[in-house]
Formats: sequence, structure tokens, C-alpha cells
Amino acid sequence: MPHKQPHKHMFQLPKSAKIRIGLVLALLFTLLAVIGPWLAPYNPNVSLSTTNPLPQPPSSHHWLGTTQVQQDVLSQLLVGGRSTILVSLIAGVIATFLAVGFGVAAGYYGGWLDDLLSMLANIFLVLPALPLLIVIFGFLSKSANPNDVLIGVVISITGWAFGARVLRAQTLSMRNRDYVTSARIIGERSWRIMAFEILPNLVPIVATSFLFTVIYGVGAYTALSFLGVISVAHWSWGTMLYWAQSAQAAQQVHIEWWWFLPPGLAVGLFGTSLALLNFGIDEFINPRLRAAGLSRRTARLAGLPRRVPLGLTPVAKSPAVSTSGQR
Amino acid sequence: MRLIVRRLTLYLLTAIVAITVNFFIPRLMPGNPVEAAIGHMQSQVTPATIKALDLQYGINTKVGLAGQYFHYWGQLFHGNLGISFSAYPATVTSVIRAALPWTIGLVGMATIISFVAGTLVGIAAAWRRGSWLDNVLPAMTFFQAAPYFFVAILMVALFATKLGWFPQNSGYDTTTLNPGLNWPFISDVIDHAILPALTIVVGSIAGWIIGMRNMMLTTMDEDYVLIAQAKGLSRRRVITYAARNAILPSVSGFSLAIGFVVSGSLLTEIVFSYPGIGYVLLQAIGSEDYPLLQGIFLVITFAVLAANLIADFVYSFLDPRTRQEA
Amino acid sequence: MTVTTSSANKHQPAEPASGPLLEVKDLCVDYGFGDEAVHAVLDASLTLRHGEVFGLAGESGSGKSTLAYAISRLLRMPGVITGGEVTFRTPAGTVNLLNAGEAQLRDLRWTQLAVVVQSAMNALNPVMTIGTQLTDVLEAHRPGLNRTARRERAAGLLEMVGIAADRLGSYPHELSGGMRQRVMIAMALALEPQLMIMDEPTTALDVVTQREILEELTDLRERLGFAVLFITHDLSLLVEIADTIAVMYAGRLVESAPARELYSSPRHPYSYGLLHSFPGLHGPRERMTGIAGSPPDLRDLPSGCVFHPRCQYVMDRCRSSVPPLITPEADRRAGADRLVACWLHEPGALTPAELGRSES
Repeated sequence: MPHKQPHKHMFQLPKSAKIRIGLVLALLFTLLAVIGPWLAPYNPNVSLSTTNPLPQPPSSHHWLGTTQVQQDVLSQLLVGGRSTILVSLIAGVIATFLAVGFGVAAGYYGGWLDDLLSMLANIFLVLPALPLLIVIFGFLSKSANPNDVLIGVVISITGWAFGARVLRAQTLSMRNRDYVTSARIIGERSWRIMAFEILPNLVPIVATSFLFTVIYGVGAYTALSFLGVISVAHWSWGTMLYWAQSAQAAQQVHIEWWWFLPPGLAVGLFGTSLALLNFGIDEFINPRLRAAGLSRRTARLAGLPRRVPLGLTPVAKSPAVSTSGQR
Repeated sequence: MRLIVRRLTLYLLTAIVAITVNFFIPRLMPGNPVEAAIGHMQSQVTPATIKALDLQYGINTKVGLAGQYFHYWGQLFHGNLGISFSAYPATVTSVIRAALPWTIGLVGMATIISFVAGTLVGIAAAWRRGSWLDNVLPAMTFFQAAPYFFVAILMVALFATKLGWFPQNSGYDTTTLNPGLNWPFISDVIDHAILPALTIVVGSIAGWIIGMRNMMLTTMDEDYVLIAQAKGLSRRRVITYAARNAILPSVSGFSLAIGFVVSGSLLTEIVFSYPGIGYVLLQAIGSEDYPLLQGIFLVITFAVLAANLIADFVYSFLDPRTRQEA
Repeated sequence: MTVTTSSANKHQPAEPASGPLLEVKDLCVDYGFGDEAVHAVLDASLTLRHGEVFGLAGESGSGKSTLAYAISRLLRMPGVITGGEVTFRTPAGTVNLLNAGEAQLRDLRWTQLAVVVQSAMNALNPVMTIGTQLTDVLEAHRPGLNRTARRERAAGLLEMVGIAADRLGSYPHELSGGMRQRVMIAMALALEPQLMIMDEPTTALDVVTQREILEELTDLRERLGFAVLFITHDLSLLVEIADTIAVMYAGRLVESAPARELYSSPRHPYSYGLLHSFPGLHGPRERMTGIAGSPPDLRDLPSGCVFHPRCQYVMDRCRSSVPPLITPEADRRAGADRLVACWLHEPGALTPAELGRSES
């Protein structure tokens, strides 16, 4: 059933709690990425004491404690945060660009271009990404010291294929719609059709794809840093976990939870915030996934079961109020 | 059949791309890997070895690029992945062969458990729409977003170190037991495998649950599910009718997922010092053992492709529409 | 109610001493609940006798499908039944379908009441063979049959609709559209139900196949004697195959009459407009009038009679009060089984000539 006021519904603030949480978290992380390093109380590289062989638990001097070589964990978290978030965002942006370019072109033009690009996308989808990245960075890190941008670019090479496939499928279904056909008949140029007719309808999917890719990017970057393939002198949350694991922080009798918990949680929460945002977009695209119609209260008032099983149309126990006022 | 043929072509192409990438990357990067190798192996290096390495990496050799490429392919067909720098004089193949069964066992078991459990929970979540299951899902996304190895670290900290229920490291107790088909060994292997497997399951299950749930919700709207209800079939039957259709995207999505699961599992192995490919990978990176790194890349790629092929067979079995000869 | 003895009806609707097969009284169905509820069906009443073909006609959105699915409690979310009664007579006794529990419904589903939908491609499970989909009901409702017996019965069902028994192992996508529709009908008849609800069963087919299917249906009806609730927008189709036709508009039943009589002498302005919207193949050329305006938005129904904005005979009364379903005076005297919801037929009102004709 069409909504009475479609525009009103589109710009409504999301009702779902999980989307709101996701939004707040995502904004917090963006803020962290920008001002994090300035907030750091110490230089993350510096060993602040040479006498102590053990990581120190949180104290008033070090809110998140110290590492085995007496570096401040909080500073590492804040400085590493910028690198982690930046690399994943760059990877996300570039991969999404590639996905849109390849996906829409393949779907729109069809023919040999489609076959070629589809084959390319499928290859990249099947090829295991992390091992490939390990080989690339294994050779790259030794010779050149890659900065955040370069890392993001390389990661994006492995992250575009999924979005491209989805966008291609959507473009294919749109290509034969009336408004596209009429634009072609008028003689509009292909790139204009793609940019102005097709692309606007793809925005929710592009947004979802972007968020997915950023999640993938943060996972890939953290994994690569954890492996030590990306120089461990380069601070990121993954690097922190590398050092924590090397020192077997979780296997000590006195578990050094302050060392591995913050970076791990940070990565997890960052990913979760984006995933929650994705839920929101998902429900927007596919109304079937929205919470099942009746709120608890209205259902109870009507004597209707909260969960409506299939094949058992509920019969309201209390009479409905007719909006036309008359029966 | 057509589906299988198409997918097989894709896998062959992918294998070719992987091998080609493996060939070109060392040549594209600045620096001389052979020098690094010599640095590591030091006294044990013979001139013959150096010559072989030069050919493998295309340094100081008169053979042209094409020649080197064919030589590389030739080596591969003989199962020769080169010689490991860090485990010299062991071959890359032997190093991988020792570690591979551990990884396959762990990842295979964990993936099957995760897929089956995830699918069943997903069906339940869709059927019992509006129940508490719906609220658990967002919480599960945290575990999906958190890296496998972090979950692994948490597992170690909680279940191994703090509670002491499971061992902290290794594939089995190397100090006391003899590997073999004896029960103490096998039970110990299982004991050591539980936490790593649990890590992999926890990290991957959310994806199956959500995927299956969403597909079930869409399928339940189909007419044939309504007709199944109208036929007065038992609830279990109706769910099965819907699930048989809803599971198809999960099976085809398996191909995508397996790459991630394998990668995540490698990292998990590192945390547990589990004697699989992941552990070998860490050593390779630390000691700049390029042949080993490249060898692992190829082996993992082929393993993933093989898993994909199996998934494709299962798919064509489940969906009769793909069996049509066009 | 007396039984019409129209000679055109090949199969007499029977009325055993216990009463009609299906009685619907003042059924109300909404989509959604509370403030956002959309009234899809308002105060619908109808009576179906054993063996009768009851046609339910109306435009898209008139509520005809909603009514049919609500009766069998198969209406999908967010449909809610908000009032009325539905009584179904089975050999075991009378069942209040709106009150029935899941087990009770499961018992009588398909054994007494079967459903055929518009698209067989969607109604048949694509990953299972035809044979399985025919035998599953036998398995569920006839526990006495073993596998061989079930298979035989399934083969018999296919032959009954003119499909070779070797197709039992085929999948739905391997059959043509017409064959799939036939399979659906065979499937529905597997347990020889008393009532078949058919929702636009032939709309998706070409005319030739349509005719074949309908002929087959008539054939089967004569053999097995089941009643049919036939839903369609194609009034001309109903005139041919139905015993009784009910016309729905914007969720309300506006007229109900024996097929022949509706065709020759419609009482409601909407029915009249519908019947004059398609030309006959024979007879003199007529000017097509159609019906001015368009169906209303169900969320914003007109006050009073829902049809009044489009009615050429509209009176003041029509704008303010909803006309109840009544039998016009003349029909009552003639003993005709007709209902109309229109103020033009109120006792004492001035009925226009074209709406007051009697069957000659």
C-alpha cells in the first residue's frame, strides 16, 4: 500500500533503537579519527620507564595502563585510531568508486564488456583476499614504507567486487524500465543516463555497499597489522594487538586485559556501528524486514497474538473503530 | 551441469590469475628478495641454490620474462613450490604439508558446525518473528564485526587462562603424548581444538543466521508457502518447504564466505599457536620467507576454490532448475 | 431461501436439510490496526450452498480476494479480521472458522476446503516434484495409505486433469503454464473437498487455455459435486460459469443475484455500469458507457454509499447513509433470490427503469 505522504516517511528520523545507536557510535568514531592524536597524553612510541618489566594496569597516570615496555595504551589507542579509521574509509571510498564504475557499466552496456567485467569481479570475489594482501604487503612493506593512503588503495583492490556485482544486478533490472528507455530514445548520452537516471535509484545500495566495504577494510587492515605484515612501527589498533599477542597478554596468570581489550573492542564497536547503520538501510530498502507491524500494546489491546503465525489470520477480540464513523 | 561448467571455468581462470600474480609481485616490488634470502640462510647456501632462486625471482638471469613464467608453471606442475628460507633446507611443500591437515580439520569442522547451527537459528528467528531472537541479532553483529583473532584472544583469556577449562596453546600436548591413532592423543587433539573452533563459529555464525533469516522472511511471503499452510500440513512440513528454498542463497553465498572464514581461521590459529597454516604464515612473515609466503597463498587459494566447487555441486543438487540443459 | 429452478443451471445447488455449506455474516477485515487500519472488507455477507458455483466479481482493490482468504483464515499479515461470523458446514459438524484453533483448521484444510491461486508457478514449490506436492496432502490427511497407494492416487489425479502420469517426477518449471494450472486443480481435488476457493485461476492464461481449464473444471464439478467460490474481475466469465454472482466495490458487497438474472437485469448502478463496459459478440452495436471516475482510496472512503461519487443516480441520502443489503420489493414478490445495497431499491423509492427490470 502506498504511503499517504511518501516524502514525510523518507526523511523521518529512524525509529529503531539499533539504527540510532549505530549513528551515534559512527559519529563518535569519526570524531575520534579527527581529534584523537591531539588528545593523546603521551607519545605512543615512548617507553616511559625502563625499570618495569611488566605491563601496568590502569592507574591515574595511565588510564588504560601500559604495555610491556611501558608505553601508554590510551595514547596508542587514540593515535592508532586515526590510522585505522582513515585507512578503512579510504579503502571504502575507492572500492565503492570502482564498484559503481564497473558494476553500473557492466549492467548498462551488457555484451562483451559485461562478460569481461563480470568475470573480473568473480575472480576477485573467489580469490581469498587476505592471503593475496599478505603477499602484496609482504613484498611491499620491506622495500617501501606504505602510508595510510597507499594501504587503503591496495586494500580497496580486493574489496570492490562484491559491490560491483550487486550494483550490476540492480542496473540490469533498471535498464529496461520505462524511464531509461525513454531517455535513450530521446538520445541522451549513456553516461548521463547512468549518472542521472540510474544512479539516484541506487543510492541506498551504494550506501550499504560503502559501509560493508569499510567494515571489510577495517578487518583487513587490522588483520594485516596483527600479522606484522604491515610495519609494526606504524600505529593502528591491529598493531596494538600484535604486540599484545607477542607478549601473550591473554595467557598470563594475571591477564593483561587492558592491553588487548581496548583495541579489540574499538574495532568491534566501529564495525558494529556501521553494521547497525546497514540494518537501517536494509529495512528501508526491504520493508518486509521491518519490525512486524503491531506494537506490543496495540496487539494486547485487541487481544491479538504478538507473534502472528502464518496461515492463521488473527481475529480481533475487540471491535475495531471504523474511521468512516458509520457501520 | 551448465552451472558446474561455468563455475569450473571461473575457478581455472582464478587459479591462473593467482599463479600469475604470484609470479609478478616479487618482480614488481623494489628490492631484491634473493639477497634477503641469502641473509637468512647464510652458511647453508650453495651456488646451485642461488641460481635456482635467481631463476625463480628473475634476478641476474639471462632467461627472458616469458621463459621465467613458463619455468614457474613447470615447477608448479611438479609440485615444487620452492625452498623455504626459514626452514631451510626443507621445501615449501613439505612445510605446508605438515601444517595443512591441522587447518583443514579445524576449519572444516568449524565451518560445518557454524553453517548448520546458523541456518537452523536463522529459520527459527524468521518463523518466530517478533520473539527475543530478533533482539539478539544486533548483539551478534558485534562478534561478526570484531576480528576473529580478537574473539580468539577473549576466548583464551576467559576460558583458558581464567577458567582453565581448555588449554591455552598448541594442537596437542607435545610434551607428553605420541601422535597416532590412540585415544589419549585424539581426545587431546579435540580438547585443544575446541576453543579455536568455537572462535571460528562465533565469528562466522551471525552471517548465516541473518542471511537465512532474511531469506526465510522473503520466502514465507511466497504463494507456495501459503498453499502449504492451506493444505493443512504440519508446521514442521511447512517450515521445511520454505527452508528448502530459502537455503539456496546461503549455499551460493557459502562461496563468498569461505574465503573470509579461512582467512579468519588462519589468524585464530596464531593466537592459539595452533600448528596449522596460520602459524606457519606468521613464521614466514617474521622471517621474510617469501617462497613460503607465496606457497601458502597458492595452497589457500586452491583450497578455497575446491571448497567453492563442492558448494556448487551441493547447490545444483538442491535446486533442480539449474540442472536444465538450457 | 428457495432454490432457483433456472433451466440454464446444469447443476442444481443442493441444500441438504442441515443448511448451506458456507455462511458469511457481516465480515469485516482490516489491513493494519488502530489508526492506520485500512478497511478492506466491510460488512460482507454471503451464503454458499453445496455444489454451488458462487462468483465474486470486482475491480482490483474491491476486497474480493481479501474476503476469500479471510474466510479460510489464510490472509497474510497485516490482515486482521475485525468482526463478523463465518460458519462452515462439514460432515462432522458446523465449524465457526473464525474461532477455530490451529489443529481444527489443519484438520479441515484441504479435506473440506481447498484453495487455487492465480499463478501456478508461484503456488508450486519450485524445488519439489509434482508428485511430492500431490502426495504430501495424502500423507498428512490420509494416514491409512501407503506409499504405493499414494502414488497411484497422485497418478489418478493427474489423469483426471488430462496429464500423463509419467509427469509425476517433473518439476514445476518443466511444465507449461496450462499444465501447471491443471496440476494446481488436481492438487486441490486430492481429498475431494466440499469447497474450492479459486482466486483468479485463469486470469494469467491465454483465452484458449482459459476455456480448456474452465471446461475441465465444469466437468470435474459434475463428477465430484464440489462448490466453488470463484473470484475474478471478469464478469463476463462469471456469467457463463457461475450459479450466483456477487459484486464487490471498495470492500462492500453491493449486489448478489443468480448469474442469469444479474446479467439480464442488474439492480445496482455499479453492476449496471460493469455489464455495459464490455461489448457482446452478438446483437446490435451499443455505445459503451463505462463508469465515470475511479475506485476510491481505501484509506479515505466516501461517506455514505461508497459508490456515490461515481453514481449517475446519486441522491442526497446516498451521501450520508450506507445502504444495507436488502431484497427489492419486486424480487421478494417474485421469489427471486437477490440482494442489493442501494437506496434506489428502498421500499417506496423511485427505481430507474433500467435497474428495475424483472427477468422475463
